[in-house]
Amino acid sequence: MASSDTSVRPGESAAHESAHLHVTGAATYVDDIPELAGTLHAALGVSAKARARIRAIDFSAVRAVPGVVAVLTAADIPGPNDCGPIVHDDPILADGEVFYVGQPIFAVIATTVDAARRAARKAVVDYEVLPAVLDPRAARAAESFVLPPMRRICGEPAERLAAAPHRLQGQWSVGGQEQFYLEGQVSYCAPREDGCLQLWCSTQHPTEMQHVVAHCLNKAANQVLVEMRRMGGGFGGKESQSALFACVAALAASKLNRPVKLRLDRDDDMMITGKRHDFCYDYEVGFDDAGRILAVRVEMIARAGFSADLSGPVATRALCHFDNAYFLSDADISALCARTNTQSNTAFRGFGGPQGAIAIEYILDTIARRLGLDALDVRKANFYGKSDRNLTPYGQLVADNVIHELVAELEQSSDYRARREAIARWNADSPIIKKGLALTPVKFGISFNVVHFNQAGALVHIYTDGSMLVNHGGTEMGQGLNTKVAQVVAMTLGVPLSRVRATAADTSKVANTSATAASTGADLNGKAAEDAALRLRARLAVLAAERFGGSPEAVRFADARVSGEGWQIDFDELVTLAYQARVQLWSDGFYATPGLHWDRDSLTGSPFFYFAYGAAVSEVAVDTLSGEWKLLRADLLHDAGNSINPAIDIGQVEGAYIQGMGWLTTEELVWNAEGRLTTHAPSTYKIPAVADCPPVFNTRLFHNPNHVDTIMRSKAVGEPPLLLPFSVFFAIRDAIAAVGDGRFAPPLTAPATGEAILGAVDAVRAAQGEPA
Amino acid sequence: MLNGTQPVAGEGVIRFLLDDEIVTVADPAPTRTILQFLREDLRRCGSKEGCAEGDCGACTVVLGELVRRDGVERVQLRAVNACIQFLPTLDGKAIYTVESLKQRDGSLHPVQRALVDTHASQCGFCTPGFVMSLFALFKNVAAPDRACVADALSGNLCRCTGYRPIIEAAARMYECVGESGFAGTPGTLAAASADADEQALIGRLQGLRRDAALVVRAGGGRFHAPLTLVELAELRERLPAARILAGGTDVGLWVTKQHRELPELIYIGKVAELGTVELSESHFEIGAAVSLSDAFAALDGAYPELAELWRRFASVPVRNAGTLVGNIANGSPIGDSMPVLICLGASVVLRKGAARRELALEDLYLDYQKTAMQPGEFVERVRVPRSRHGWVVRSYKIAKRFDQDISAVCAAFALRIAGGKVAEARIAYGGMAATPRRAAAAEAALTGQPWQEPAVRAAAAALDADYTPLSDMRASAAYRMKVAKNALYRLWLETRGEAPLAAAQVNVFTEA
Repeated sequence: MASSDTSVRPGESAAHESAHLHVTGAATYVDDIPELAGTLHAALGVSAKARARIRAIDFSAVRAVPGVVAVLTAADIPGPNDCGPIVHDDPILADGEVFYVGQPIFAVIATTVDAARRAARKAVVDYEVLPAVLDPRAARAAESFVLPPMRRICGEPAERLAAAPHRLQGQWSVGGQEQFYLEGQVSYCAPREDGCLQLWCSTQHPTEMQHVVAHCLNKAANQVLVEMRRMGGGFGGKESQSALFACVAALAASKLNRPVKLRLDRDDDMMITGKRHDFCYDYEVGFDDAGRILAVRVEMIARAGFSADLSGPVATRALCHFDNAYFLSDADISALCARTNTQSNTAFRGFGGPQGAIAIEYILDTIARRLGLDALDVRKANFYGKSDRNLTPYGQLVADNVIHELVAELEQSSDYRARREAIARWNADSPIIKKGLALTPVKFGISFNVVHFNQAGALVHIYTDGSMLVNHGGTEMGQGLNTKVAQVVAMTLGVPLSRVRATAADTSKVANTSATAASTGADLNGKAAEDAALRLRARLAVLAAERFGGSPEAVRFADARVSGEGWQIDFDELVTLAYQARVQLWSDGFYATPGLHWDRDSLTGSPFFYFAYGAAVSEVAVDTLSGEWKLLRADLLHDAGNSINPAIDIGQVEGAYIQGMGWLTTEELVWNAEGRLTTHAPSTYKIPAVADCPPVFNTRLFHNPNHVDTIMRSKAVGEPPLLLPFSVFFAIRDAIAAVGDGRFAPPLTAPATGEAILGAVDAVRAAQGEPA
Repeated sequence: MLNGTQPVAGEGVIRFLLDDEIVTVADPAPTRTILQFLREDLRRCGSKEGCAEGDCGACTVVLGELVRRDGVERVQLRAVNACIQFLPTLDGKAIYTVESLKQRDGSLHPVQRALVDTHASQCGFCTPGFVMSLFALFKNVAAPDRACVADALSGNLCRCTGYRPIIEAAARMYECVGESGFAGTPGTLAAASADADEQALIGRLQGLRRDAALVVRAGGGRFHAPLTLVELAELRERLPAARILAGGTDVGLWVTKQHRELPELIYIGKVAELGTVELSESHFEIGAAVSLSDAFAALDGAYPELAELWRRFASVPVRNAGTLVGNIANGSPIGDSMPVLICLGASVVLRKGAARRELALEDLYLDYQKTAMQPGEFVERVRVPRSRHGWVVRSYKIAKRFDQDISAVCAAFALRIAGGKVAEARIAYGGMAATPRRAAAAEAALTGQPWQEPAVRAAAAALDADYTPLSDMRASAAYRMKVAKNALYRLWLETRGEAPLAAAQVNVFTEA
């Protein structure tokens, strides 16, 4: 079904380093670590109110549950009661006031998980209910924000809008998304000597866990060791928001001097933790007869939730991705972080980028319908140019634009034009089921928007038997980072991959690591590991040249052999010689992405090292009686640069496509009038399942070695393909439009649930004969 | 709690096969789940907890038990969710976990090999569950098509891969050669007769049969597993407050999610008389312990038009464990089996002590989660007519997702059309009221009318009088009413006398 372009591979499509462990059930996740004697289990008691003052709590029924050892509240936290990643507004346990339904108030520590969870429900909390804000637009109206609004104006949008021959304005919205990592949040903490703690935590950011734990317990960072072998999925949800659970486990372990594990029940996890920000938009756009945008104004309101968490950088990325693949000469883009009494929204694959980019796609799709043009042609008319029309609204030059050739290749390979005609014919004869087709492009900026996060370290050890171990600052959450880093080390030293083992992220090995986020895992840690491996190779080359002749530069490492002019030796033998010659056989490595700058005040700069590109064509069939739909075919073409591991990259592309499709279709977060999330388990919150995988699914990597010096000239691949399923959403919209004459733009919001689809179908029917 | 592996028979001792060893557990806590037992007691951590409600499949294990097929004793292997199955229900069965597939020479089982080869694991947390669902498929089907594969995986969620490589692995696993032996040989359970490995397993399972009821007592709770219908009826009459447990796909959640205490459980899974589908002259007689999978398989031949409904009913592991009578007796307003069974004219046989009475299914439901059952009474079986010759029968499920979703609305229709007119109409909906209920006004609007658009429109309008649906996280009241009406319209489009539309013209899920 899927194929990869074999011409681009510098590496092999090696299996995931843990694949044999995954399939045998032998891969160890935090909850699988053999428990230490005396281990206790924690559970959280949470707020039942969206906003309230806590007058009193009666814990007597909690303490009466057999097995309960302790009940901990904010008063038990010796240091600052805060685990916020940037702004310090995230209490670990609520202190006197609660800000959303689900906010942790206390922790019960018991001898069994079951006892802790049962007991946690038995507290009697006396609330004084306060008015809550549950809707981002209401927060906007009240000017209630967690951070100051951001606005970037380039060109003269107001004047150009006024002068444009065509104009459109409207409102739109996109829902949030639960990460739904299959492994829920979990932290396990054991006290060590001299006030030290060892923490096993399912987290994308061990260093931050180290910091927040040390901070709340008044400890030094060197007293907290965090180890993370693998996560059962992260997707952004374990970047900052593993912190609360790490802090509670550590607090309890520290207080009781016993190992304590906090593993969340799925419902509690979904009730407590933040999700992808839902966005609403107000937009106005001016365009010409070809659909080319002359000026655009957009205000994006993100639901931040009760605290800042990562909403600031999420909003910044949304602002920097509103352009997607399109040149916007005159634009007025603002992003607001609305404070609501709901979970504090956080990172989720794409990190605001998808929410920014889909808004311009919605606008372009609407323009195309207004003008009666194929949306693909309108999109192409707006693409960034190669030598002109190539400046982003935030002032970065798009220097690596391949969107024209990439889209041209996909248009061809997917047979877009012929299928467009076939679908029109099919729809003409089909009264109930309507088909739709869409091609959408992706341009995604790679690097953290905060310049100093763009650094990484690694350690490579060569043991005297020739086997190697690599440790780096990144975390493995399934994305294949450890596999790629091990491949880099193996390739650099010319040994088979089987010689190299990647180990758990560990704050006592590589210090001051950045989150494994922003798709940068392989870019940063791969380069750092390469640096370490190159240092080792250089030392070995010097020794070999000394012993066997020739210059160190001429020494070659390949196929587990080392060779020079007229000589050859096994790699292992050279290692033995090096050890005996007292050559250091382990090395650190370091990498900092060059050339980045970003001015937070003006919202300008060059925040991205490069851009990754992609495009997708999706075809759907929509039932206009029920709103149910099916994805019939997907064709994906994605730019992973010179892929280190095509199989892993294709896995990322396809996985992101289906995950993003879920965000835009079946995954609906519903809060009731009291602010309680009512979709807090897989029974009510529907991520894509097996039947949602299209019967025709063609995925290819676009041959495009990175123009900048990235690891093996590859490109980051974690987040960008999450934008590919925009094509699913717009194919659904296309199918709905076919209920009418195709020129009325269906007012379809995301997620496009059956209900949203049927509503849009009705709107088209109502508007039939009177194009918008 | 673990008594080692010596097979000791006794009233409160459960015995089961794990990795070809007999495991015995004396008086386990009745509501301890199989998953808790595996992970916490055995520290056998391959099976994962992803949701503890049977919706994600990370905990999937395969159970083996003896069944009679074509009059012969055979092994049946089925995937179930370990997270909501209570440990005492394992008694007499064989359980296979992801660790069980380890081959003697240390190599990967063909299912596992195929998943590695197709790059089908990323984070790996869901993988053991997929392995076990695929293992059940591997043993049960010799050459599955894509639809069969998708069905087998309908209860397993993966958040990383997008499923394509996993579907590919399901084809690849048959090409991977495993060790000979029961686990490693594909398709043997579909064969006409048992091979030597299966015979050996049959013998071992026969050895676990008990000759007296199982009664487990622990932590103030009791778990009764009677062996005969008479025992069950007596027990039920004596313990009217006890909770009857069949497949556990709902009761399991009361424990894992609501932390309810269930001090007295009566498990009906060992009552032989309740485990079969009998054919009377006019009816399928489906016993209370018959799984949804078996019940649907039995009904399939008579009602092929319901295949999609059954396919969309929960997931394979839930259908394997859950029972049709459980779905019915539970009386949930959103149970998917009841609307169509009501339309088919199904009835339930209620039993109390030695007394039986029969009730039309629609008369079982009085109000939200309130049935006409008396204390001490239980549903012995459901009776479904063997055919509705001359009737048009349809049921449409409308939900956010194709696989394993609870309906926003489940519509069911049975119409007898004669001479172009609706002679009789039975219409029932789930998701539209506090109980599954017939649409009396809509039925009246259709009865006696020509089967043409005006009558359909009138009947749809009459649904406003029949139902006042609720808004919740699945759908708004307005959407529910709208699709309820549209379902009636779709029925007409599909079945009208003149130019009826083919299934593919009204259903996006029909294989084109």
